[in-house]
Amino acid sequence: MIRNDVAITPELVKEHGLKPDEYERFVNLIGREPTITELGIVSAMWNEHCSYKSSRIHLRGLPTKAPWVIQGPGENAGVIDIGDGLACIFKMESHNHPSFIEPCQGAATGVGGILRDVFTMGARPIAALNFLRFGEPDHPKTPHLVSGVVAGIGGYGNSFGVPTVGGSVGFDKRYNGNILVNAMAVGLARTDEIWYAKATGVGNPIVYLGSKTGRDGIHGATMASAEFDDASDEKRPTVQVGDPFAEKLLLEACLELMKSGAVIAIQDMGAAGLTSSAVEMGAKGNLGIELDLDKVPCREEGMTAYEMMLSESQERMLMVLKPGMEQEAQAIFHKWGLDFAVIGKTTDTLRFVIKHQGEVKADLPIKELGDEAPLYDRPWVECPKQPVVAPESVKAPMSEAEALLKLVGSPDQCSKRWVWEQYDHLILGNTVQTPGGDAAIVRVEDGPKGLALTTDVTPRYCEADPFEGGKQAVAEAWRNITAVGGLPLAITDNLNFASPERPESMGQFVGCLKGIGEACKALDFPVVSGNVSLYNETNGQGILPTPAIGGVGLVDDVTVNASLAFRREGEAIILIGATQGWLGQSIYLRDICGREEGAPPPVDLLQEKRNGDFVRQLIRSGQVTTVHDLSDGGIALGLAEMAMAGGVGAEITAYPEGFPLHAFLFGEDQARYLIAVDEDVAADILYEAGAIGIPAVTLGLTGGDALILPGQQAISVKQLKAAHEAWLPNYMTGKA
Amino acid sequence: MKSAVIVFPGSNREGDVLRALKSAGSQVEKVWHAETELPQGTDLVVLPGGFSYGDYLRCGAIAGRAIVMDAVRAHAARGGLVLGICNGFQILCESGLLPGILMRNANLKFICHRQFLRVERNDTAFTKAYAKHQAIDVCVAHGEGNYTADEETLKRLEGDGLVAFRYADAQGHITQDANRNGSMNSIAGIYSEKLNVLGMMPHPENLIEDLVGGTDGRGLFESLVSSFSRAA
Repeated sequence: MIRNDVAITPELVKEHGLKPDEYERFVNLIGREPTITELGIVSAMWNEHCSYKSSRIHLRGLPTKAPWVIQGPGENAGVIDIGDGLACIFKMESHNHPSFIEPCQGAATGVGGILRDVFTMGARPIAALNFLRFGEPDHPKTPHLVSGVVAGIGGYGNSFGVPTVGGSVGFDKRYNGNILVNAMAVGLARTDEIWYAKATGVGNPIVYLGSKTGRDGIHGATMASAEFDDASDEKRPTVQVGDPFAEKLLLEACLELMKSGAVIAIQDMGAAGLTSSAVEMGAKGNLGIELDLDKVPCREEGMTAYEMMLSESQERMLMVLKPGMEQEAQAIFHKWGLDFAVIGKTTDTLRFVIKHQGEVKADLPIKELGDEAPLYDRPWVECPKQPVVAPESVKAPMSEAEALLKLVGSPDQCSKRWVWEQYDHLILGNTVQTPGGDAAIVRVEDGPKGLALTTDVTPRYCEADPFEGGKQAVAEAWRNITAVGGLPLAITDNLNFASPERPESMGQFVGCLKGIGEACKALDFPVVSGNVSLYNETNGQGILPTPAIGGVGLVDDVTVNASLAFRREGEAIILIGATQGWLGQSIYLRDICGREEGAPPPVDLLQEKRNGDFVRQLIRSGQVTTVHDLSDGGIALGLAEMAMAGGVGAEITAYPEGFPLHAFLFGEDQARYLIAVDEDVAADILYEAGAIGIPAVTLGLTGGDALILPGQQAISVKQLKAAHEAWLPNYMTGKA
Repeated sequence: MKSAVIVFPGSNREGDVLRALKSAGSQVEKVWHAETELPQGTDLVVLPGGFSYGDYLRCGAIAGRAIVMDAVRAHAARGGLVLGICNGFQILCESGLLPGILMRNANLKFICHRQFLRVERNDTAFTKAYAKHQAIDVCVAHGEGNYTADEETLKRLEGDGLVAFRYADAQGHITQDANRNGSMNSIAGIYSEKLNVLGMMPHPENLIEDLVGGTDGRGLFESLVSSFSRAA
């Protein structure tokens, strides 16, 4: 009989984040009062972060299959086939709450965790990206958070040795008390050398690898599943500390061990550490797991079973080894100076048994810990539709040129160079397109293939209309990959939302997911991995619904690609896609007119696909090398970005009748691209587009050192650049 | 030419320099930090970029005292060529093979960007393929690249022509703006007295192809290989 030292009071249950009915469910499941260790284990397994209890039923609707998908959601990361026997393994994950409490370590361990997810499957990481949202710039905490998060992401990735090639940074007051730090990792493996978490065989050794276990991060996953309040800073001790050096060693040791053929199954210790990794390996393999905690390498003395099972110390792995291979495996780990300990074995009992100092501390049914986790169909309400803002109803408070100059230097649209210069984006020597473009391109090994990578979502669209916003997030990722010449293959989604216990925010979640699913289906762009982060709110104020999409596409030949820079004078600028001058929820309406309102631009997925396929074919056939997708700030901002990137100006002479100039220039209609080509080629392209019914129109010519909008004073490219580059460095040094 | 690239735990640009050496025509072997000897016939030893042993102490401090460094010092003493890039430069300073030290960047942040260098002399084994005072376009990626030395050392480096590269603008002018990490005298790289040891913060190994930024870094590796093919 299992001994119970600690009485399980309702207060203790509450402290573990379990609702009374969830606790009751657990007691019924095991038929007795749990030990404190067992309570800890179930609290880790049944929290929102690990169990997806509020989101599971909605995630089921996402398309996850395609002929090139090797592994969809449910493993450490998603896997797609990119041909030639190679697989791309990738995932994005949030570390929002830890990063708010301790920005540098929170962000660093976010990067560490996602890198581990990727190399656990046998992939060598080749690129990292991120998606960051901070509170309004004027909020006193914001500069400190920006500085810490960027230092943390850079510090970890730079030392580990993976190029951080892309990302997104934005500000909004709705993130004042709850920033978003989503990290994405992309790795490369051979399709016949991919490793999974499923344990096989009875009596096989379970091996602990990597750094030692300490008291850091205990209850991290539970914290990540709670709302914040003013006392959240007190939770700092639950944030783990990252050691990129240990992670780099762990990577090399794991890949070497995998090559040796000694590995049966492997799982990294991420959220809920030893508990969730062990349970997952056993449950997936229909096996029991028995652990002897006396064997666990510990950093501190006197750690209890409870602490060891819930520690979130970083840079650790759990592995099921082929019997008889212990010596060989140990030699590899010792060469890399890492801990290696056999701490248990697989059994045929389907029980999760934890022993410590000669006593059984936990004895639980392993399958039920996962399968019987609560599942909620939380009540939700449809978000009310916003009225469409007619272009004519928006008065321009300043000239279009002035508005553009203001936008290029605004917090959301300004250059993020200050951020990405702190990330080593050039290591490994394969970064074909660096940060600052539509999507990064990373060459695969020695080529000719490459991967196009991006992270996107427009949270204000998602709030105004979750369904259209969800569609738009996927469409924009697809468009960004297309704009550099990539064929979009699959996404990872990082679903950041407020409390699922409020029907309004649950409604946002449900709506966004429907939109994401619809777009993925229409664009052949399945979800292969992801992460759900709920309870992103502080003192009852939720964040903007932010389902960040990490997209991966394939570039067949990296030497054939496009970038956004105007390279030559006298090229025709062609707009692909239809323009209605959609100003609802636009950056122009928000930042120039001070109005946050209206329905966001609708996304016509059929048009999206047709226009994108057309543009991609133009790039791949070598006809076009200058392409930019249009999103925030519409045509005007797109032109400015192209001019700044290439140092070449442009004059726009044509614009359609029927709506105000500012709506034409700043409207955020979807499915659009700007391209610049030699005038002779332009005629062919217009003809081709016309023949298949794709809207395409010449707007003007590149050239000169200024951007001239119709009827507007010229803005020199120098002036644009100065405004664009100034804001963030000035802000971070207290000058803005 | 035979090159030995030393791999410390935490090295992370060894693959990049391996690729650059190979593409210039060198044979290359990786050497683990716990080795006591270099491979037979090693012409060039390379200490690659990275964060050796995590660089939790002063950068390069532990690596400078690694077992393999005795062999590297012996190789240098025999007049053998040694190239330390980024963390490798820090290690060379910590191991006593080069004078001075790399402090934290002036803005106290890691910086990764494209950077022009002025080639100070083109009569060494490392720089023959360049013109004197040529501006080359490479990149930097470091948090501690702020070269610092006492007055006497600086005077000696300058007087003996031991400064290899300086941070410059695209025209090769030495300006304050181009010296982003705050190095004394805009120093980006220095030679040992006998010109057989070169330490530099920037990464020529990442600029060896047009597709990935340009080819200005190739000259360094081609200089090295050509020295040996002529001798052979």
